[in-house]
Amino acid sequence: MIPVLLIVIPLVSGLVGFLIRNEKTARSWSLFAAVVTLFVSLSGLILHKEDAFLSADVAWLPAMGSRFSVALDGMGQVLCLLTAISFPIIFIATWRTPYKNARNFYALMLLSQAGLMGVFLAMDALLFYFFWELALIPVYFLCSIWGGEKRIAASFKFFVYTFLGSIVMLVGILWLYSHTPDHSFSLKSFYALRDKVTGHDQLWLFWLFFIAFAIKMPIFPLHTWQPDAYEQSPTATTMVLSAVMVKMGLLGLLRWLAPVLPLGTWAWGDTVSMFCIIGMIYASLVAMQQDDLKRLVAYSSIAHMGLMCLAVFATTQLGMQGVMIQLFNHGINILGLWIVVELIERQFHTRKMSELGGLAQKAPVLAILLVVVALANVALPLTNAFIGEFLMFSGVYASAVTRYNVVFTVTAGISIILSAVYTLNMIQKVFFGNTNTLTEKAKDLYPNEKFVLIVIVVLIVLIGVYPKPVLDLTKETVDTLLTKMATATK
Amino acid sequence: MNNVISLVWLIPVLPLAGFLVCGLLRRHLSKSLTGVIGSGVILASFILSLLIFGQVRQEGFQAVVVRLFDFISVGKLSISFAFQVDPLSALFLLIITGVGFLIHVYSTAYMHEETAPDFARYFAYLNLFVFSMLLLVLGSNYVIMFIGWEGVGLCSYLLIGYWFKNIEYGAAARKAFIMNRIGDLGFLIAIFWMISQFGTTNFIEIFTKAAMPKAVSTGVLTGITLLLFVGATGKSAQIPLYTWLPDAMAGPTPVSALIHAATMVTAGIYMIARSNILYTLAPVTQTVVAVIGLATALLAATIALKQNDIKKVLAYSTVSQLGYMFLGLGVGAYTGAVFHVMTHAFFKALLFLGAGSVIHAMHHEQDIRKMGGLKKHLFWTHLTFLIACLAIAGIPPFAGFFSKDEILSAAYEKNPVYYAVGVFTALLTAFYMFRLYATTFLGKFRGTHEQAHHLHESPSAMVIPLVVLAVLSVVAGFVGIPAAIAPDAHWLGHFLAPVFEGSTRLHPAAEADKKLEWGLMGISVGVAALGMIYAWSRFSRKPDLEEAQGFGKVLADKWYVDELYDAIIVKPINALGRFFNSFVEKSVIDGIVNGVGRLVQYGGRQIRLLQSGLVGGYVLLMVIGILALFLVELFTKK
Repeated sequence: MIPVLLIVIPLVSGLVGFLIRNEKTARSWSLFAAVVTLFVSLSGLILHKEDAFLSADVAWLPAMGSRFSVALDGMGQVLCLLTAISFPIIFIATWRTPYKNARNFYALMLLSQAGLMGVFLAMDALLFYFFWELALIPVYFLCSIWGGEKRIAASFKFFVYTFLGSIVMLVGILWLYSHTPDHSFSLKSFYALRDKVTGHDQLWLFWLFFIAFAIKMPIFPLHTWQPDAYEQSPTATTMVLSAVMVKMGLLGLLRWLAPVLPLGTWAWGDTVSMFCIIGMIYASLVAMQQDDLKRLVAYSSIAHMGLMCLAVFATTQLGMQGVMIQLFNHGINILGLWIVVELIERQFHTRKMSELGGLAQKAPVLAILLVVVALANVALPLTNAFIGEFLMFSGVYASAVTRYNVVFTVTAGISIILSAVYTLNMIQKVFFGNTNTLTEKAKDLYPNEKFVLIVIVVLIVLIGVYPKPVLDLTKETVDTLLTKMATATK
Repeated sequence: MNNVISLVWLIPVLPLAGFLVCGLLRRHLSKSLTGVIGSGVILASFILSLLIFGQVRQEGFQAVVVRLFDFISVGKLSISFAFQVDPLSALFLLIITGVGFLIHVYSTAYMHEETAPDFARYFAYLNLFVFSMLLLVLGSNYVIMFIGWEGVGLCSYLLIGYWFKNIEYGAAARKAFIMNRIGDLGFLIAIFWMISQFGTTNFIEIFTKAAMPKAVSTGVLTGITLLLFVGATGKSAQIPLYTWLPDAMAGPTPVSALIHAATMVTAGIYMIARSNILYTLAPVTQTVVAVIGLATALLAATIALKQNDIKKVLAYSTVSQLGYMFLGLGVGAYTGAVFHVMTHAFFKALLFLGAGSVIHAMHHEQDIRKMGGLKKHLFWTHLTFLIACLAIAGIPPFAGFFSKDEILSAAYEKNPVYYAVGVFTALLTAFYMFRLYATTFLGKFRGTHEQAHHLHESPSAMVIPLVVLAVLSVVAGFVGIPAAIAPDAHWLGHFLAPVFEGSTRLHPAAEADKKLEWGLMGISVGVAALGMIYAWSRFSRKPDLEEAQGFGKVLADKWYVDELYDAIIVKPINALGRFFNSFVEKSVIDGIVNGVGRLVQYGGRQIRLLQSGLVGGYVLLMVIGILALFLVELFTKK
């Protein structure tokens, strides 16, 4: 019941949103729908994990063996909660941003929320693919219609990348489907394939899926759509892309790839890990060179996602738990960064750090809240990201599936230092130093912005000090996942 | 009996509360109220620490672990938020809260020119620092220690850049944070290694397992201890990561006293003393620690010879003294190292606060060449500063003599070369400290008329902490009287014995040769006195006012180490980043992608001829179509 509601509420309210004439009503309507979704998602947390309300399974396309099968497991809970929290935060934070044809804008946003929820909930491969596309198409429109000057080029690049990824993934899904004994798209049947698909076939099948997921995360060198898309999209869309949508790639990897093709995953582990690490260092070094705040955050995110992917391939309990908690943390923290970028851009009509400075004098509340978010970005202890990164790094170090665990940990660890370099540079250039003619007239936060940033900061500290609830929530998912990955490697 | 100890969590929580109150209400608190809250919470923590110290002192006390809650618990790994109370942590609690309280009181006067919100921000940071430092020494496992470890680094960053309008101060703050982070990476990897080796991060379990015969190979222990030491070189400013500390003097002077002299920079010594058994089992690491410590002590002392900024001289002397402490740790004189941490906390805090008092009187002048003759005007500052100089120079019976002597005689036992270099450094120390003293306080006043007119002794909130620290710098040495003077009078050694028990069992202290001890003591005191008298007589008559020439210039320019790091690390990294950003990212990767894109576009154009054009419209129709299909299928075929 709850999974269905999580999909249907944004879907229906999005479709209704197209019909609303008044723009203010459209805005309030979307916020209302997003808050309702949040409450539904929260109510899912209270239920016992075996509760029938946490799953739904009805026939959808029986002729093809595909069912409308959705369920909330631990990882699903975390990701759906992240999606459900993100949208109200995004709507409140960008409340003052004017859009042309606002009703269409908000409606498309809600449609993409429905798609994201579906991706996180689907337990049927065809359904998963369907929602995967449903989540992407609205974003394509959002970027190409409401984006910046170079929006056409950016959204085209975005489209090319994701389209290619989706197509190869579809081929992979169909291949597996045709090999299921019961001709079914269900996750269970896919899991049962593990012993049937030979190691040789897994080797190439792996890439059909991994390319799609790697593009979404993104993993070096498939990442170049991201800085452009982040830069050109309207900030509200960038927030969806970076906080929630990149998690589609990880979810795909964790639910549809690693346990389905464990031999392939295991065989390519070192190769992929190497790309992850190169990407982490590369993105960090490029981030240090950025003057545009949006691009800085984009590259910083590439580095962080690289670590999460690396930790998945380490195949350890520590690392997986780290990934689970970081799925949520990364989303929350990057939202915080975007909110700051958004309000800087709206006030000063620039995102160039070299043109800013001295904001701490004019906007002290903003400065304090940003510093906390920035500290979470460098994974300082007692912020949420420390828990995730600590567990992921210890997982990589403890990995038994690779001989290079120590080398991986140490080289990837360099990004810990580099992240401090570019994050502190950003704080310095934007907030410290003296004001200039542009920042002289800066205003501090509006109540709506203050509210969302405080929510984010509270979450950062709360999870940083007491991560146990999130870790407990995902414990079972991790254990199942590891068993599925381990049995085949023997 | 353990009632007080179960309240140990209050010791860090009180400063945390002070941080929150001062920080959140900074626009509503008056300066005096901020001062009372900020200092009051530290005083309360100090009183609690005294009570706990009383408990720990009792005969037959066993280390107590107070568990608060589960922090990270994954599979077999369980990391608790827990505190360990034992002689070592109890001693550090006293130093941190005691010296911390004095410096808070001093700050209420020193920072009085700040506006009320800035004043509150300052005290909030200071309280947050004390909180982190207390976590660092109280944690019962390496992860909690690491939380405090990075926390103090953060506070140091915030306080160095406290005057954030100044861009140079901001750069110094970032340098401190980043160099610390480099060390922290070593620490972190050591923690990961320990997790996979021991399955835990708890001190007691790790030390028990490591001490079991043949349980862990020496190679593993050497690796872990070296990595931990990398962390220590960052935090405690040792070669190669020491260059941030002198720059950190950009922060307000009381901050330099508390963080960059008395407490935070000794975290590395605490960490190694805490892990002493691991180090004792890894002799290779011990040698590395001793050599690096000694080299740092010597290098920093040579640089201090030619510095003219009062705070820079003190900063390099801090680096040098920390080097002594590492020498002590490296030769297995753990008690001596901790002893020196304590005495150094007193006299170095005193020196910095005295320097602050001078800077205050001189209206923010820090160049000693523009001072001179301050003895007449600043009675208490001068007197206490002199005491501190005597203490750091190692003149008996001042505190520094006892602790430094203990380290040096242990170094002699290990290797006479260590001793020789150590004594030579002691000579330099006495020389540069009295060069500083004589140039600042003796001779004629060389400042402007206006400065001369305003010269005055500091207010009592600043003078009283000076006097208290001066008294401590005189008497603190008597807690560790060497066996040569009076057998069995080393109170501190007895007190700390349980912490170092494992190490002493492996390497029992050799029977002290009294004649040798007296001889060594005589040499080091004689050498120190020589340096002192020479500097005193030379610089009180004719201060060194010219710019340094020749080799002196190399020293004044700090051996060009910053320039070297810039050339071999910072610049290449930036160049690589620029290359990636402007070439690889734009031409190579994107070039391939755009090529594929154009191909698709070309195909699209061909296909488009069949259609009317608007691709967007088609895709939208397609989405709506899929949606309709989906909804119809979902609700009709139950």
